[in-house]
Amino acid sequence: MLSNLGNILLFSKVLLSLTIIYFSYQCIKSSSVIIFKKIYQISLLQSTLVLGCFFTLIAAYVVSDFSLINVYQNSHTAKPLLYKISGTWGNHEGSLLLWIIILTIFSFLFLIYNNKHPKNYRLYTLIIQNVLILGFLFFILFNSNPFLSLSPIPKEGLGLNPILQDPALAIHPPLLYLGFVGSSIYFSAAIASLITNYSEKSFAFSIKNWVLISWGFQTLGILVGSIWAYYELGWGGFWFWDPVENASLLPWFAMTALFHSLLVLEKRNLLYFWVIILCLITFTLSVTGTFLVRSGILNSVHTFASDPSRGIYILSFLSIMIFGSLFLLLNKYRKENKLIYSNSKETFVLINNWFMMFYLLTVLVGTLYPIFTDALTNNKISVGPPFYNTVILPVVVIFLFFMAIGPKAKWIKNRFDNLGCFALFLFLALVVNFFIIYFFKSFTILSNLVIISSLFLIFSSFFDLVNSILKSRFDLARTISHLSFGFLVLFIGLNHNFSIEKDFNMRVGEVKSFDNYEIQLQNLELKTYNNYKAIIGNLKIKNYVLKEERTLNPEIRIYDNPQTLTYEAAIKTNFIKDYYLTMSNIDRSEFYNIKFQKKPLMIWIWISVAMLVFGGFLRIFKNAKIN
Amino acid sequence: MQRLIKSTITIIFIFIIIIFYISLGKENNYDTVNLVGKKIDSIELQSFNDEKIVNTKSFKDNNFTLINFWASWCGPCRAEHPILMNLKESRSLMLVGVNFKDKKKNAKNFLDDLGNPYDILLKDENGKKSIIFGIYGIPESILLNKELVVIEKFVGPLAKEDYEKILEEIGEK
Repeated sequence: MLSNLGNILLFSKVLLSLTIIYFSYQCIKSSSVIIFKKIYQISLLQSTLVLGCFFTLIAAYVVSDFSLINVYQNSHTAKPLLYKISGTWGNHEGSLLLWIIILTIFSFLFLIYNNKHPKNYRLYTLIIQNVLILGFLFFILFNSNPFLSLSPIPKEGLGLNPILQDPALAIHPPLLYLGFVGSSIYFSAAIASLITNYSEKSFAFSIKNWVLISWGFQTLGILVGSIWAYYELGWGGFWFWDPVENASLLPWFAMTALFHSLLVLEKRNLLYFWVIILCLITFTLSVTGTFLVRSGILNSVHTFASDPSRGIYILSFLSIMIFGSLFLLLNKYRKENKLIYSNSKETFVLINNWFMMFYLLTVLVGTLYPIFTDALTNNKISVGPPFYNTVILPVVVIFLFFMAIGPKAKWIKNRFDNLGCFALFLFLALVVNFFIIYFFKSFTILSNLVIISSLFLIFSSFFDLVNSILKSRFDLARTISHLSFGFLVLFIGLNHNFSIEKDFNMRVGEVKSFDNYEIQLQNLELKTYNNYKAIIGNLKIKNYVLKEERTLNPEIRIYDNPQTLTYEAAIKTNFIKDYYLTMSNIDRSEFYNIKFQKKPLMIWIWISVAMLVFGGFLRIFKNAKIN
Repeated sequence: MQRLIKSTITIIFIFIIIIFYISLGKENNYDTVNLVGKKIDSIELQSFNDEKIVNTKSFKDNNFTLINFWASWCGPCRAEHPILMNLKESRSLMLVGVNFKDKKKNAKNFLDDLGNPYDILLKDENGKKSIIFGIYGIPESILLNKELVVIEKFVGPLAKEDYEKILEEIGEK
């Protein structure tokens, strides 16, 4: 029954999208100055139906309705309720439904919240957005339908991959999708703006909150994914330059460049075409990422069951998107003749954009290069962290200096009258860096330059914060975000420099000593849970210097459905450091491999990113207040 | 000039799309389980003792070939060695050892201490050739028939059960 209901709702959605496109076109042709009321009504109905469709699938997961192939393949009766629900979007078909929800709801909200903008611009945005919705709806209906039924109905499902049964992973996809699928709305708006020649400052105004919303959620999605990778994958790192991680970072760079250049368009009516290009490439990169992941071209922890027909569909869709928007852009492109003074805020924003484009291209080349060499020469290579660290890190140093100086520049024509302050910040940064080297005995040129430049940004942003409080002229959003970014880079640098990692093969009862630490595998415990068994290690870690003693319990889990072995890290977190311990069995031996890591300031890395996002959302609330 | 820029941009995008299309048809999932039942390509490896190159095609002369990947630094390789010494007695099985990422001197000492079970001894100094055989880590062994099709793959040290299985496969049990 749920299968029929789901399919009916999907087909109704196709009809509603076609109706919206038809009425919007009629409305554009009519002499009416306002948008037909029925367009609002159908859009509302469309959003309601898509939510209904999604809740139908959730219901099928909750009641374990294995008459649906999708539920049979990805769920199991013994799974906890939370993971039954999150299983809905933990697979290819269900996650596409989430795509449609975000496309539809953003489309509706854009329509109702942008009522001060020209009718035709809003309607064309609605039409383009509905064309995108239709594209994905056809993909769902003809290739990836989550409501396909199965007969005879199996008694039990195949289960969800255990490493996906995790609270962070339950919210990671929705957050990330709100980010990169959300970028569809300004892709549509950019096309509409080109068609209707709506290139005023107010165009920037109409999309800036949407850019910030998608950027905020994209950042949160990346943060949650990194936290999950940190504690679940057992490597002790949080960013691996995995091609699929990179696929989420590419639109993030474009979004970051976009909301900075929107400032210039809004204040100075400059960079219109650049803003349009960024709008187009953000969503294009999002769909490219989806193509790379869903087609099976890339292999990573995110790999979905590979199916070349999916790849062909998304590739065709991507090609239409790219060449359609490229054709329109190249036809409408006119050179801007207004000059930008080289010492002005506009220039600094442009510099920010150059850096973002540099990072974007670096990551894009690193991600696509192995695909290209494989396709052209049959040579399988992988581009790993050394490439990214070598290319990106030195540039980050310069970027952070510009990030500190830029916000203090004035629009149109700037004169720096605060050079003394910059000298002071640099001096302070050098002094703090000197103390770090002196007390912690760690020095490499690049990492210390990273620390100096991030400290420079922190002092500078902190000065801005105090200054704006004193002058009661708050730009809290920007200051918090820049300050947080400085802290983020600083904490990553310190974490990288002062992490300790040790590897042992140990038997039960054995003790190993290193540096100031002693580690003992005291005993093992076997516990049986609802859907898995766990071998729990009891390890005692002693720090002689701090006279500190901690017990950590890493686990080896044996899941029943599907039968899988996972290794759960034991992590003890405080504000100074994390102890991170993983344990794995060595086949046909009584030894266990124990990997111990001390990772300083880990929690501050997460807090910095959360604060970065907080800055972004603060800006949205401020903008909404002004409206 | 503007036309040139426009054409270049369009060509770049067309090129990317074509590459994506070609990639779709490629097998990317690297899975050694699928190796069983597949024919081993012509792979060239260097002889352990001299500069001679041995091609896997030459294994066609034997009824069965067991290729064992090992190194002196690998503890479990030491554990499986007695099994290999027993397999040496088999008439229809050719034993090929591939010394993996090892120092020649250490490998020689290893074989001097424990005995040399291999009919042919090869080396893969940087471990790249072994990847083509679908080797993740060592020890691993693959059993080939006369047509060079993989009949069995053994991940980890050969155990007594594996020994029985090999004898069964080659019809000596």
